[in-house]
Amino acid sequence: MTSDGDHPVVAIGCSWGGLQALSVVLEGLPRDLAAAVVIVQHRAHAPSSLASLLADHTPWPVCEAEDKEPISPGHVYLAPPGYHLLADGGRFALSTEAPVSHSRPSVDVLFESLAQSFGRRVIGVILTGANADGAAGLAEIIRHGGGAVVQSPTSAEKRAMPDAAIASAAGAEVASITEVASVVARLVARVAPENSGTA
Amino acid sequence: MTAADTAGADRPDAERESIEIDLLLEGVYRRYGFDFRQYARASLRRRLYRRVALEGLQTVSGLQERLLHDPACMERLLLDLSINVTAMFRDPTFFRVFRTKVVPLLRTYPFIRIWSAGCSSGEETYSLAIVLSEEGLYDRSRIYATDINEAVLHQARQAVFPLEKMQEYTENYLASGGTRSFSEYYTTGYEGARFDRRLSDNIVFARHNLATDGSFNEFQVVICRNVMIYFDTPLQSRVHGLFYESLQRLGVLALGPKESLAFTPHVNDYQVLDLQEKLYRKVS
Repeated sequence: MTSDGDHPVVAIGCSWGGLQALSVVLEGLPRDLAAAVVIVQHRAHAPSSLASLLADHTPWPVCEAEDKEPISPGHVYLAPPGYHLLADGGRFALSTEAPVSHSRPSVDVLFESLAQSFGRRVIGVILTGANADGAAGLAEIIRHGGGAVVQSPTSAEKRAMPDAAIASAAGAEVASITEVASVVARLVARVAPENSGTA
Repeated sequence: MTAADTAGADRPDAERESIEIDLLLEGVYRRYGFDFRQYARASLRRRLYRRVALEGLQTVSGLQERLLHDPACMERLLLDLSINVTAMFRDPTFFRVFRTKVVPLLRTYPFIRIWSAGCSSGEETYSLAIVLSEEGLYDRSRIYATDINEAVLHQARQAVFPLEKMQEYTENYLASGGTRSFSEYYTTGYEGARFDRRLSDNIVFARHNLATDGSFNEFQVVICRNVMIYFDTPLQSRVHGLFYESLQRLGVLALGPKESLAFTPHVNDYQVLDLQEKLYRKVS
């Protein structure tokens, strides 16, 4: 694992229609947040302008993750359409495995592999979405000691994803969309390297 | 110790799992000669657990036992690890740019050799054959399509694809700049869509293991897309060395849309031909 593996990773999952929710969260994150942000939004296998749309809402660089690219703090990475995005040590890994929960990229796949690689230094976030992808992954993050935040179903444009996450991931914090960013920042601070107390 | 996790010290499950996977891979290598020890661990782990579940087993160690005692199980795992999602003219923009930027370069050669590395069931290979044919280059081309798995190669040689895929493939073909009627290229039979035998004439499907085998020819084009995503960084470097050796000067290397030369030792040996489509030209 590279030395970049010391920093926390904020992993966000949502499905089509989450653009608005993602924008609100990105705008609310502190500019000096010492974490990488990785987003899985369910997308069709076709080129899209998601990166440039989200770039309007954050000072951080936004790009689609490439295979073997280091996971660096101060960046927003997007799962590319048609691939699963995983973490392998401190780098991204791509896969063309079968869809999970009808989705490729799948939130579960990202969350589960981040839990494996980053352990308690993962903060999983579930936003508005139309299916249960991500619920199992969020539970896995919690099992490894990581943090978990779910957008409140009543504030979500589509509540199926938050509902499923709350049902599967006991211990996840529930927050309205405007509060998610500050909850994430608090959870990141809790596991930031200088606060973790471990080498 | 592998690079699989550094938090293993306080997570005994993860460390034990890491040991189990290492042992399974070592066992497969020693028993069957398939070397998956340098495959990217995150995706390999998922595929192993999927096989564990499909076999009705509980642990990776249980899978290791069955693999060592039952060659049919090894065949199933091999298929798991060889199958790559693929479609004809998948990523149509790649084929579009191949026509506009690579084909003009190929026209300058009297004889064209192309290596399609990790060809799987041949969809990409036959797509390439169609492009070369439409561009009038097929007769002076030879495509070497290689893969690790003989069963998959056997399937590729049949040139038969599911009928229900033809709509998707037609759309891809058109989006890639194809101007013919795609159905010209196949006949429908009870077994599926059987592609024109003439597309197979200049294709050689052969077994080759990128992890262990050497260079076998010099090529103007090496295509290896969405294969090295399953290799770890050291293995990827080895394979890039192999490709570098196998490419003529000014030859073209084609990677998958989300792969990069940037994290390899050969990044400075190539010039970018098309950054978006990951086409590179060997310059040194």
